[in-house]
Amino acid sequence: MSFISYLINGLSLGSVYAIIALGYTMVYGIAKMLNFAHGDVIMIGAYMALLAMTQAGMSPVIAVLIAIVVCTVLGVVIERIAYKPLRNAASSLSVLITAIGVSYLLQNIALLAFGSNAKTFPSVIKWSGITLADGQLNISGVTVVTIGVCLVIMVVLVAFVQKSKPGQAMRAVSEDKGAAQLMGINVNATIALTFAIGSALAAVAGVLYCSAYPSVTPYTGAMPGIKAFVAAVFGGIGSIPGAFIGGLILGIIEIFGRAYITSQLADALVFAVLIIVLLVKPTGLLGKKIQEKV
Amino acid sequence: MLKKMNKTTKSNFITYGIVIVAFVVMQTLISTGSISSLLEGIMVPICIYVIMAVSLNLVVGILGELSLGHAGFMCVGAFSSAFFSKCMRDVIENGALRFFLAMLIGIVVAAVFGILIGIPVLRLKGDYLAIVTLAFGEIIKNLVNVLFIGKDSNGFHFSTKDVMALNMEPDGTVIVNGPQGITGTPQDSTFLIGFIMILITLFIVLNLINSRDGRAIMAIRDNRIAAESVGINITKYKLMAFTISAALAGGAGVLYAHNLSTLTANTNNFGYNQSIMILVFVVLGGIGNIRGSIIAAVVLTLLPELLRGLQDYRMLIYAIVLIAMMLFNWAPKAIEWREKYLSFGRKKKEAVK
Repeated sequence: MSFISYLINGLSLGSVYAIIALGYTMVYGIAKMLNFAHGDVIMIGAYMALLAMTQAGMSPVIAVLIAIVVCTVLGVVIERIAYKPLRNAASSLSVLITAIGVSYLLQNIALLAFGSNAKTFPSVIKWSGITLADGQLNISGVTVVTIGVCLVIMVVLVAFVQKSKPGQAMRAVSEDKGAAQLMGINVNATIALTFAIGSALAAVAGVLYCSAYPSVTPYTGAMPGIKAFVAAVFGGIGSIPGAFIGGLILGIIEIFGRAYITSQLADALVFAVLIIVLLVKPTGLLGKKIQEKV
Repeated sequence: MLKKMNKTTKSNFITYGIVIVAFVVMQTLISTGSISSLLEGIMVPICIYVIMAVSLNLVVGILGELSLGHAGFMCVGAFSSAFFSKCMRDVIENGALRFFLAMLIGIVVAAVFGILIGIPVLRLKGDYLAIVTLAFGEIIKNLVNVLFIGKDSNGFHFSTKDVMALNMEPDGTVIVNGPQGITGTPQDSTFLIGFIMILITLFIVLNLINSRDGRAIMAIRDNRIAAESVGINITKYKLMAFTISAALAGGAGVLYAHNLSTLTANTNNFGYNQSIMILVFVVLGGIGNIRGSIIAAVVLTLLPELLRGLQDYRMLIYAIVLIAMMLFNWAPKAIEWREKYLSFGRKKKEAVK
């Protein structure tokens, strides 16, 4: 029984990683940049939901919506101010460092606004969960909701990217910016849209993560952010199903590592699996292999 | 004399000159007591960051691969040398000799790790290589945190669980105590040693860049396929640059370990945060520009200290300055504006013509 319960917990944690990884992978696919500030958008989302619930006394649903709106706006503003001017810069590292700067900035704004002490995060899900097998297997409400939300997001996102006009525009821009522009696609708006979607997902992930691990500090976003980044690379960065699979596998490995080996080495195990996968398949599980032109 | 030298030699001598002048000025200020003890205390950390930045620039700027695990090598160098120093504290009485040996050990162990990690990692490219170096850095940090080593009359005992699992005789002492790390390392690092280490690092890196090997490494950076087709052994030269860089980072780690009495591996000193911080120095100083790395490392280490008066706002200002500097330095629009309105941009343009 404990095996199944670990598996479900792993799936739940993996779902959160998958939602965050989607933000990384979409932004990477379209803007070819590693958005290091993504993890901190998660943290801002969690704080916003927390404030809305505790200070303004709003219902969890509205609080989550507020967090999503704030993060979406934040994502677009960051892209506009910090990343867009560097889009055609000579070195791709410059935008990476700027993203790190944005990450420091968000952390320190949160530090000044909310203090460094951990704040308790009230669960947004009041449902106590389901009990199976005569009470031997208890799945908490947060777990069920997290997995459910992740599945819904995944299906909607794939449908959006494959079928809708803006989704097709996104794929076109990620394929070839110049050609997309010639076809009448507004490249800037498409990239902004990608950042908006990624940041909205980060807000959802922030709320779900903090509901499962109920505390929030200015550095809450850093570790899940980096793990989700690993998940995105694991699945093949730039690929949406890859991010989903990578996130789930990573979550399961982490929980199993904690349960069966030792909690201190769970992170090391996650990274070791990543290294092994990349050595066997250098572009991740579902990554595209790009032929080098001579 | 300067006129006779070629351009690179001249440029290298200017770099050495800047470092030496900076050292002499700071040393005079310290000996006359005109700077605060706080500032004096960060002299060794500045040396450490300069070495880290220069050595990372070898990988990022000269080899052209993004490494996010540089702090991992620093961690290896720090722990191996601190372990040695602590074991030998009573055996080798001469502090200078002990520190010299510790330095050698730290550098060699870091170089060995550089080779071991470099062989698999350097097969990858671009962002995948970056994330794998990050992964290795985190693994090293995590492994150090579960490592327990004790020593008693029967020799060394190892464990990855806790102190009790070491099963030592009553006379045993714990040397590496898991998350509590190593305590009681002799504090041998001084500003002078840091300065000498910077000079050695510069000597190695600058000479490598201007050697046949260095040109081969840069050829790989500029076009791997072309380099391979003229007979350059890609793996060998990539590994060479990576290992030298790791060894130098190990040296910085030795300085770090012997600057503090307690050595622990946490997210802030040996985690990816630190690696990224070093990368910030390299990119801000100019990728591939060694002198720039030195200046950026010094300025950015001093900046938070100088902003200390602003208390809580200092890291906020640091972040804003970082973003603003990146935008000003790299944004195509800003470069255009600079060339139009600032004289140094124009002069450069004319010089090219």
